[in-house]
Amino acid sequence: MSALLAINRLSVAYGGIHAVRELSLEVAPGEMVCLIGANGAGKTTTLKAVSGLLPPHGGSVHFDGQSITRLPAHEVARRGLTLVPEGRGVFPRMSVAENLMMGAYARRDRAEIARDLDQVHALLPRLTERRAQLAGLLSGGEQQMLALGRAMMARPRLLLLDEPSMGLAPLMVQAVFDIIRRIAAGGVAVLLIEQNAHLALKTCARGYVLENGTVTLSGPAAELSANPAVRQAYLGD
Amino acid sequence: MSSVLSLNKTRSRWLTFGLLALGLALLPFLVDAGLGRSWVRLLDLALLYVILALGLNIVVGYAGLLDLGYVAFYALGAYVYAWLSSPHFGLHLPFWAVLPLGAALAALFGVLLGAPTLRLRGDYLAIVTLGFGEIIRIFLNNLNAPVNITNGPQGINLIDPVRLGSFDLSQSHALFGYTFTGIHLTYYLFLLFTLMVIFISMRLEDSRIGRAWVAIREDEIAAAATGINTRNLKLLAFAMGATFGGLAGGLFASFQGFISPESFNLMESIMILCMIVLGGMGHIPGVIFGAVVLTLLPEALRYTGDWQRNLFGQIYIDPADLRMLLFGVALVAVMLYRPAGLLPSTRRRREFADAQG
Repeated sequence: MSALLAINRLSVAYGGIHAVRELSLEVAPGEMVCLIGANGAGKTTTLKAVSGLLPPHGGSVHFDGQSITRLPAHEVARRGLTLVPEGRGVFPRMSVAENLMMGAYARRDRAEIARDLDQVHALLPRLTERRAQLAGLLSGGEQQMLALGRAMMARPRLLLLDEPSMGLAPLMVQAVFDIIRRIAAGGVAVLLIEQNAHLALKTCARGYVLENGTVTLSGPAAELSANPAVRQAYLGD
Repeated sequence: MSSVLSLNKTRSRWLTFGLLALGLALLPFLVDAGLGRSWVRLLDLALLYVILALGLNIVVGYAGLLDLGYVAFYALGAYVYAWLSSPHFGLHLPFWAVLPLGAALAALFGVLLGAPTLRLRGDYLAIVTLGFGEIIRIFLNNLNAPVNITNGPQGINLIDPVRLGSFDLSQSHALFGYTFTGIHLTYYLFLLFTLMVIFISMRLEDSRIGRAWVAIREDEIAAAATGINTRNLKLLAFAMGATFGGLAGGLFASFQGFISPESFNLMESIMILCMIVLGGMGHIPGVIFGAVVLTLLPEALRYTGDWQRNLFGQIYIDPADLRMLLFGVALVAVMLYRPAGLLPSTRRRREFADAQG
């Protein structure tokens, strides 16, 4: 099995402070993988380095066998690795429809874009009703859905999701994670970053536990859920 | 049925267009007859400010990069024209060669300003650009020694007017049986450039580039995540804005015949920014309207002395003092009662309405 995303001994530093140290991680095509950890463990930093928003200090990132280690963010995005930023990075003063079309910015295949748009609307009927509304006026959950829909318009092979449950009401979290599962069922690989370890491990097949910038544990999600250390630290036992 | 309708629509559009063109063509004569020659001059200046405001609108309105040093590009365009087309260096190159050079140098400086400030936004960017504007002005003020490049605070004089062959735009000419003075002819030249800038702005707004700028303005990380090259597009916004600034600077130098660093102070940058904010940021008709109003209003307020004399028989407050006071009050009133600008785009009007409701 060759990995779609392979992170090898990645280090990221802010000034002199190492936020991520020698982190290694793999995601296979179509696989759902989660990276869990406490606040400040380096989860978001990892995603930013992978997606090209932060330059790594050391190590390498390969996507589909090719190095994307120091590629700028827009180049990474154009290769099919799409980030859904923390805090639902929608364009607040654009309409829902404009937001979705921005997702396909790098593409030129009009017919295919139209087809993907239909699929996104089928996936997110709530947004279809609000097509003309400004994105900034949607509820938090709807904005998260829009961010997912916009990411799908890029026709990604791997989605990087940064805390999709953050700040959402429990019912909304369920709805958002249902959508993520359906996206994954369509063959898109997902690297999910979550503080809500319970939910993340329930959703994904495999998981990594991040502490102080390094991976301390990894394995199938069921195994991690059963691990006493994980249970105590992240699952509230 | 629908074809008839659309035919009517196209016809009415052409009619509007024709009337507008006729109005713009006759405007200097109407103004000359009604208000006097000095107002035609102001009309020329208003057109220059429309170009400047539309240029800054690309940087601030479209890409959301708050630039407080915009006047530096205006200054560069003006000095390039003065250097290459005046007795200062003894060069007298034709305007069609000098204007693009000034615009190009301004664009280069736009990129030079943009490159180190790519990571800055909002207030921080405003401070750096403000500093940039001042640096350029202070350089112009002091580069008269050891080698006299800018002639320092005295400025450069006797700059060539726009001249095509033997046709000198600063002189009166008899054309088609009518006499056109220099300021009338300048009006048409400036109008031509203004229309060009409006056209480019409109095309940019509807383009992929325009949409990418809006995305960067809204959320830079999300923009990068959708595959937008944020670095190049921000530099492009700076360069495009600066190009228009440099063009306006060259036209200004040829029109005035004299430039000095005095003309390019911080107040100018702020005025141009005010035009955009007051007119309706990011909306071309709004920006044009804002530029015209803010050029003409302070001049109109010079007449407050006459009004006082007519009303009260004597002058109580010096018009020079009253003028800026009234101007300030007008600005505050507009921002209070029309916060999205005098002619906001539908998008901005919606944002402000939604924010209140």
